Amino acid sequence: MAKVPVQFTLNGSETAEFVDSGTTLLHTLRDKIGDTSPKGGCHQGTCGACSVIIDGELRLSCLTLAETCDGAVISTTSGLSENGILHPLQRAFLDTFATQCGFCTPGMIMAAKVLLDHTPNPSRDEVVEALSGNICRCTGYEPIIQAVLTAARSNSQNAA
Amino acid sequence: MAIRRGRGVAAINYPTGMNLGGDPTQALVHSTPTGNFMVTLSSVDLGQGMKQIMAQICAETIGVPTDRVVVDTADTDTGPHCMGTFASRGTHRAGNAVIQAAREARQVMLEVAAEELEVNASDLETDGQGKILVKGAPQKSISIFDVALSAHFKRGRSISGRGMFLIPRSYPEKETGAMKPSTCYAHACTVAEVEVDDETGEVTVLTVKNVFEIGRALNPKMVEQQLVGGSWMGISHALYETTEPYYPNRDHGGTDFNQYLMPGPGDLAETEIIVLERPSADGPYGAKGPGEMCANPQIPAVANAVFDAVGVRIDTLPITPERILRALKAQAAN
Repeated sequence: MAKVPVQFTLNGSETAEFVDSGTTLLHTLRDKIGDTSPKGGCHQGTCGACSVIIDGELRLSCLTLAETCDGAVISTTSGLSENGILHPLQRAFLDTFATQCGFCTPGMIMAAKVLLDHTPNPSRDEVVEALSGNICRCTGYEPIIQAVLTAARSNSQNAA
Repeated sequence: MAIRRGRGVAAINYPTGMNLGGDPTQALVHSTPTGNFMVTLSSVDLGQGMKQIMAQICAETIGVPTDRVVVDTADTDTGPHCMGTFASRGTHRAGNAVIQAAREARQVMLEVAAEELEVNASDLETDGQGKILVKGAPQKSISIFDVALSAHFKRGRSISGRGMFLIPRSYPEKETGAMKPSTCYAHACTVAEVEVDDETGEVTVLTVKNVFEIGRALNPKMVEQQLVGGSWMGISHALYETTEPYYPNRDHGGTDFNQYLMPGPGDLAETEIIVLERPSADGPYGAKGPGEMCANPQIPAVANAVFDAVGVRIDTLPITPERILRALKAQAAN
């Protein structure tokens, strides 16, 4: 079967791949491009570990076909830090001990980033709602909720 | 038909490690040419933080900052023997092995330093910041960096140590059956408050208050993290999680994350954690194994709270609405 050419912007860099029709974006990112920050948890859209941001929206890369991403702007957790400085969300996850085994963390951070991009000062309920599509086995969620609220506070302090 | 409130308490006694053919863990420690220290283990970090704890234990024993220690848990084919990461044994068993290995390495390090400084090794102490000093005359000192260089390039010494911690297998006494299947008990107590809807059987956990006695907390923030996550997981075990809801019948068993229930971020009970530290006699720097214990006491506490609320004893997990309604029906029939 003929390969399909796909071009998109990944974490600010122009990226091009030939993919098999029907290949998921998750597979393309991890196994073709080598960005392993999105994780393959359930491969059926229930755990959120594969979450990435496509054109500003939170999307499950395990349910997104790579060929539908032509021309898209895609962000993953591996592109968040700048010049070795962690993104405020990454910093907050570390500082509040919001990660243990770490498998859910990239998806949680992507979900939180979309929330904070649209709602810089979210309420606790808004954070819970934003994270509700992501499963965590270790932390009991409370440290993750606190991390997102902490990142929001540090963002608003930096802006002030 | 009403929402009924109940409160339940449970206390547990939790062992560290296990008693199969004996419970061993080994560790090796060696210095790099520039005075960093490497801990080699085949114990696995599952995310509970074993690498951090082993680095702290090694650094404390040798007398260097924690960031001078690298822990390699890479390969069970080639690493020193470890029974594994389970039974809450990692910190206790591997930690004791690392202390022994680090002590031996420290002794060689002090011997090399003693040759360089022309003093007795027994007159030396570490400052914990990367220096070795003569006791009472701290102006006479040498950096661990220079000691390692000397050992590697001048003195032909390997600054290294071997550690072995073994709890031997315990056999039951023939007469009494008495035995010691595990060591180093941690303790916990939980009070849970629930609301039970006696029409739907639905349980809502309102508050969970936990006290954990875990020996010395070697890394208090990581202990707290483990206990907070574990408390949530205990409620999840009590009320939600199963792959076999009608065991041994396989019907209706969940086959993916859609059907395997766990409380989400919107279902959290108000949770309180209190840590009591009673250093254990045989633990590394007094530590016990709180790993799995953190998810245990919530289960009987919730079951007791359900009994307090609606007067039925559910002795099969998880405590589902269906089980509560069936028990209420049986209670009404009696």
